Amino acid sequence: MDDQLHATPVRLKHRVLNALMAPFGGWEMPIQYEGIIAEHSWCRSQAALFDICHMGEFLFQGDFATSGLEDVFTFSVQTIPVGRSRYGFLLNESGGIIDDLIVFRLADDKVMIVVNAATAPNDFTAITERLRGGLFTDITAATGKLDLQGPLSRSVMVELVGEEVATLPYFKFMTMNILGAPAIVSRTGYTGELGYEVLIPAEKVCELWDLLLSDIRVKPAGLGARDVLRLEVGYSLYGSDIDEATTPLEAGLENFVNFDKAFIGRDALLRQKEQGVTRKKVAFKVSGRRSPRHHYDICSAGETVGNVTSGVFSPMLGSGIGIGFVTPELTAVGTPLTITHERVSMEATVCELPFFKDGSVRS
Amino acid sequence: MSMYFTKEHEWVKVAGNIGTVGISDHAAHELGDITFVELPKIGTVVKQFAILGSIESVKAASDIFAPLSGKVVKVNDALELAPEAVNESAEDAGWMAEIEIADGSELKDLMTQAQYDDYLKTL
Repeated sequence: MDDQLHATPVRLKHRVLNALMAPFGGWEMPIQYEGIIAEHSWCRSQAALFDICHMGEFLFQGDFATSGLEDVFTFSVQTIPVGRSRYGFLLNESGGIIDDLIVFRLADDKVMIVVNAATAPNDFTAITERLRGGLFTDITAATGKLDLQGPLSRSVMVELVGEEVATLPYFKFMTMNILGAPAIVSRTGYTGELGYEVLIPAEKVCELWDLLLSDIRVKPAGLGARDVLRLEVGYSLYGSDIDEATTPLEAGLENFVNFDKAFIGRDALLRQKEQGVTRKKVAFKVSGRRSPRHHYDICSAGETVGNVTSGVFSPMLGSGIGIGFVTPELTAVGTPLTITHERVSMEATVCELPFFKDGSVRS
Repeated sequence: MSMYFTKEHEWVKVAGNIGTVGISDHAAHELGDITFVELPKIGTVVKQFAILGSIESVKAASDIFAPLSGKVVKVNDALELAPEAVNESAEDAGWMAEIEIADGSELKDLMTQAQYDDYLKTL
């Protein structure tokens, strides 16, 4: 991969808004505009706009069964109804997660696959190697993606694209014309709030950005707020919480694995299921305002028993929250843990996910 | 009242033998939303440039270093519940501790406001 940072089509808009920019997944991305907590709070109460053009999009057209696409992911593609999407994984032979992704069923013989930015080139190679037919293309550069998330996002979208979007249920999408271009509006997101992901040709994305921001209920939010929002509702972040050395069973994501079908990594997962996992995802709440952070140690009875993979100060809970991996016997709700790093030490208690339960995501 | 700065972006305002300590506006801005301030215990004796406490924002965790040697005689308890005061007023209401200065000659190792402003331009 080249070292040059990619920039999204919206980059100049971020500059005008005085965003703090930083590299993320090989892209120069906005981390914050007004401030992470203000943007987080706007998303939980109003509607926040995120530039998500860095994520990868692939198209597949062909016969799902004979091409082998049906066996690529941990879920069945052919049973996704047209107009719906499904979340799951691309695994390696050992059951490790190459990526977590969403497949959109566009037509009887056509899907769009939305993947993480940093993993996109690798995903494209891995999927290509597994296909025996069909037409598989990377449309990342030609595709713009904006996420509008927050309890007011429905009324904003209705004003923008029409009443038909009002009844769109969770994990369903519709194709429509926006600004004279073909677009996909999907009722999905990464915040735990009611929201939409809008995919539109890259050359139209700045115009859509401006149009959405012209609504006073909408403010831009960066990846800093997005990380706090997603962790409060317990969503995994690829590269931090899940990676090629972590299986969906270890990560507590077995719900997104369908063992009734073939997929690469299935044998390894079945073996792991039989033998039991040696480490398992755990969610914990810190007593106090200190924040656990990626790579901090998790200790129990004076022994290091695992490590933190994600941690933040949660504005909704008013305390530090985190997820990490520990030996399975320490994952029962209520188990006390100590999080340590250098001279920092904080007491924590294992809790259920999500940390924040009152989001508008399904409203 | 004269104000002096460290390279690690702490400030100290000196009045008699008492130095009031905090982090600079620049540091608060760089840290972003501050979510936690670890204050020293009253009575703690610190050496110049040794760790006095720590501060956490959504983005990062950093140590706070003592600009001068001395004994902590007062801390800003309000920051425990409202650490955002450091973002709002880093060089005034967001002060962290008062130190009884052990050795006033250590001020020579600190920067004046003008020197600190020049230093920021080099970063």
